[in-house]
Amino acid sequence: MNGSLWWVGYKTIVRKEITRIFRIWGQTIVPPAITMSLYFIIFGEVIGRRIGEMGGFTFMQFIVPGLVIMSVITNSYGNMVSSFFGAKFGKHIEELLISPLPNWILLLGYVTGALVRGFMVGIIVLLVSLFFTRIEVQHPLVMLTVILLTAIVFALAGMINAIYAQKFDDIAILPTFVLTPLSYLGGVFYSIALLPEFWQKVSAFNPILYMVNGFRYGMLGISDVSLPQTYGVILSAGVLLFTWCMVLLHRGTGLRS
Amino acid sequence: MYALEVNELRKTYKNGVEALKGITLKVEEGDFFALLGPNGAGKSTLIGIVSSLVNATSGETRVFGTSVQRERSIAMSFIGLVPQELNFNQFEKPIEIVVNQAGYYGIPRDIALERAEKYLKKLRLWDRAHEISRNLSGGMKRRLMIARAMVNEPRLLILDEPTAGVDIEIRRSMWDFISGINRAGTTVILTTHYLEEAESLCRNIAIIDHGEIIRNTGMKSLLATLDVETFILDLRESVDQCPRVEGMEITMRDERTLEASLPREKSLNKLFSELERQDIHVLSMRNKANRLEELFLRLVDKTQARSPSDLT
Repeated sequence: MNGSLWWVGYKTIVRKEITRIFRIWGQTIVPPAITMSLYFIIFGEVIGRRIGEMGGFTFMQFIVPGLVIMSVITNSYGNMVSSFFGAKFGKHIEELLISPLPNWILLLGYVTGALVRGFMVGIIVLLVSLFFTRIEVQHPLVMLTVILLTAIVFALAGMINAIYAQKFDDIAILPTFVLTPLSYLGGVFYSIALLPEFWQKVSAFNPILYMVNGFRYGMLGISDVSLPQTYGVILSAGVLLFTWCMVLLHRGTGLRS
Repeated sequence: MYALEVNELRKTYKNGVEALKGITLKVEEGDFFALLGPNGAGKSTLIGIVSSLVNATSGETRVFGTSVQRERSIAMSFIGLVPQELNFNQFEKPIEIVVNQAGYYGIPRDIALERAEKYLKKLRLWDRAHEISRNLSGGMKRRLMIARAMVNEPRLLILDEPTAGVDIEIRRSMWDFISGINRAGTTVILTTHYLEEAESLCRNIAIIDHGEIIRNTGMKSLLATLDVETFILDLRESVDQCPRVEGMEITMRDERTLEASLPREKSLNKLFSELERQDIHVLSMRNKANRLEELFLRLVDKTQARSPSDLT
């Protein structure tokens, strides 16, 4: 009974989330494609030509993995935070809270929805990049696992933000003041080897650095950090955030009075 | 087995408001139960705890013998909830809302679609099932929440003011629907501000005020405790002064309307014959308020008089 309840419940949440992504495609799918096209044109074509090679690749090739990961981060996080907070704000999260579904299914369903959007946007950005450069794929399994794990980590982070948020401002603060700066400083546009030693050490505390470099290793075969470090940081962040989410859901923080 | 058992249930919110002060309540399986009380009495908190939306501070809640606090998942599978406030995604279609809700209860999609059609048709929403629900009227939105609550065919249906803001025709059709569900075996707990609704539908009643149950009894035995009933009398001709009848309290509303309060032991025949004797002819008569309403107001007034500090 439980297995069937969980499976049907899980599928229902995922279906609902995917329906939502396509219902508001103008907000979920199109903007990242346009933004990233602009990045490719401005940073890759216009500025990149003057920069020359980086790590043995053209600047355009060098920034593609970082921009893909940046899109995955923004979209998995954004999907979770807007969908879950929207459900909380509109009170329709109560449909799930009064159901027999356990908290971990609720979490898994929403994370899968966010993962689908993050992954879908990542693919779109990769396809867009084909208009500007040739794509290398050195280690496809690394690419796939890093992109999936990154999407999961930021979906979980989005859930925590949505649970604590009480107004729409609260879901805009973290992406603006934390996520975007960390993404830009996470080695999307440069190798940290170019930084002074002090800033290299500071950068090592930025988890996004490991995600960008892990994905870059999968595509181009170059990275500023080792692969075990990449997986270690992403998996640790995932376990930590999953535990945090489960504690919040169990307590009913922000959801049950 | 009881459909609902609540023992010594307490809820104190973070802001210090003590919404429930140790409530104990039992609802028999198959009952049609009214939970009444003024605004802020604690009804919605109690319903919130039963449906697991509110965490109790202490005490226990059991639904068909299963503890909501310890075995939430099983207890929730027995319940259907129609909340007071609209709580569905208004950008979704009614069919999606009902089918998704079924999915959350583990009902496979093919069966969910059949049930959604069945309940949307019963609640006269099928022709609007594929429109964005934001476009539905207020009454339709309320009926949609009933269809959604019914899709898992719950053993206990809780309706928190389901007919608020609904016109009388729709309200009566909702009563018929809910009565039919109850006759088919579903236990129904109803909160409403339309006391006529509770009086005509419910067999048992609890009145809650200031977080305490002030009366919990059968509807008939509660109504039997009404010792004075008040009637409005419309007169054929106008009168100059208020007539007097021994043992009854009569006041003039205007020159053609009287208000008469009769103790239970006094007959209406006596009132009419006394008025006839004074050459006053009654054209028509009606209750000032329904019987439950009179009782409710008296009971609630008493508790407010007892604890005036709570009103500040």
